[in-house]
Amino acid sequence: MTGEPLLVGDDLHRSFGPTPALAGASISVRAGEVVAVMGPSGSGKSTLLHCLAGIVRPDRGSVRYRGTELATLSDAGRSALRRREFGFVFQFGQLVPELTCLENVALPLRLERVPRREAERRAGEWLARLEVADVAGKRPGEVSGGQGQRVAVARALVTGPRVVFADEPTGALDSLNGERVMRLLAGAARETGAAVLLVTHEPRVAAYSDREVVVRDGRARSLEQVA
Amino acid sequence: MSIGHTFLGLLESSPRHGYDLKRAYDERFGHTRPLHFGQVYSTLSRLLRNGLVAVDSVEPGEGPERKRYAITEAGVTDVQRWLSQPEKPEPYLQSVLYTKVVLALLTDRPAADLLDTQRAEHLRLMRELTRRKTHGDLAEQLICDHALFHLEADLRWLELTAARLDELAKEVRA
Repeated sequence: MTGEPLLVGDDLHRSFGPTPALAGASISVRAGEVVAVMGPSGSGKSTLLHCLAGIVRPDRGSVRYRGTELATLSDAGRSALRRREFGFVFQFGQLVPELTCLENVALPLRLERVPRREAERRAGEWLARLEVADVAGKRPGEVSGGQGQRVAVARALVTGPRVVFADEPTGALDSLNGERVMRLLAGAARETGAAVLLVTHEPRVAAYSDREVVVRDGRARSLEQVA
Repeated sequence: MSIGHTFLGLLESSPRHGYDLKRAYDERFGHTRPLHFGQVYSTLSRLLRNGLVAVDSVEPGEGPERKRYAITEAGVTDVQRWLSQPEKPEPYLQSVLYTKVVLALLTDRPAADLLDTQRAEHLRLMRELTRRKTHGDLAEQLICDHALFHLEADLRWLELTAARLDELAKEVRA
């Protein structure tokens, strides 16, 4: 895969109290590639993801998104970036329980002031693409874990993000449902040209990626460097 | 994989010519290793000799005669016995890797790199199988899944060993 890096984390350090979570991690992600971030529990995978997404500020080092240093943006600027350019999928879908699945998927568009009818039309298309059109009118509590997670993927992709951050998106699912979520997430991202940064501890999930980065003791290593 | 038993199973479903047997085998089971014609005919002649198959009919052709083979009662009994016996699990497949890791530690070579190189190779194959699975039918998916679960088990071992390298180094060098 060629092209300028879309997102670059350089020499990232971050501690929580006395415990260093990141100790000089560097990573770069190009447009359209699916990168699996693996490593033992507590190695700093999620912290790396949160730094790159602008959720956590690194103590040292830099994160550049399309050439812009995230640290130079205001809080509002970073929030806008996350809403417009990034999509998020977490282990537990984190859908709003009071809203229907369709309203959940339409929510990021509504926050961007897209009219309800248009937002729900686009949300409906994404639910169909993720093979969960039939749960549109149900609330998250009424659908299975696998369906809920596909709704969450639809919500992450509905705004057409350039980067999708997925933190253990299949961690709470059985093998069959987990693979279905990954097949749809990776397939949809490749079709739309979005990059995916996928934190997972499951090798079969990582196998949907284009390449793998291993985080150990707060440092990231691309396996391409050793292969 | 017992080619003989697989042939018997295929013949139990219907009598076939040698060529059809090879084609059925390759389509269903021989994805990465299709059979050679030599293997097909040597296996068939062994099964014939042992009374597990019989020649069902002979059709004259322009070249050699085409024989159609059918399973015998003894053959059906043999397949039944094979199918009902569990396969021996193979718990020590990692022995080569384990040996390499220990030798790397003993000779002060970077054992972590060795594990990462192996990990990258395992993941490369897992990616290939995942792509095949994504585009394949259900039979293809099941074959790929079997391989993927085995490779995943190896990868978990590689991860665990990487996490315990310091401990292992102390033991090995003691």
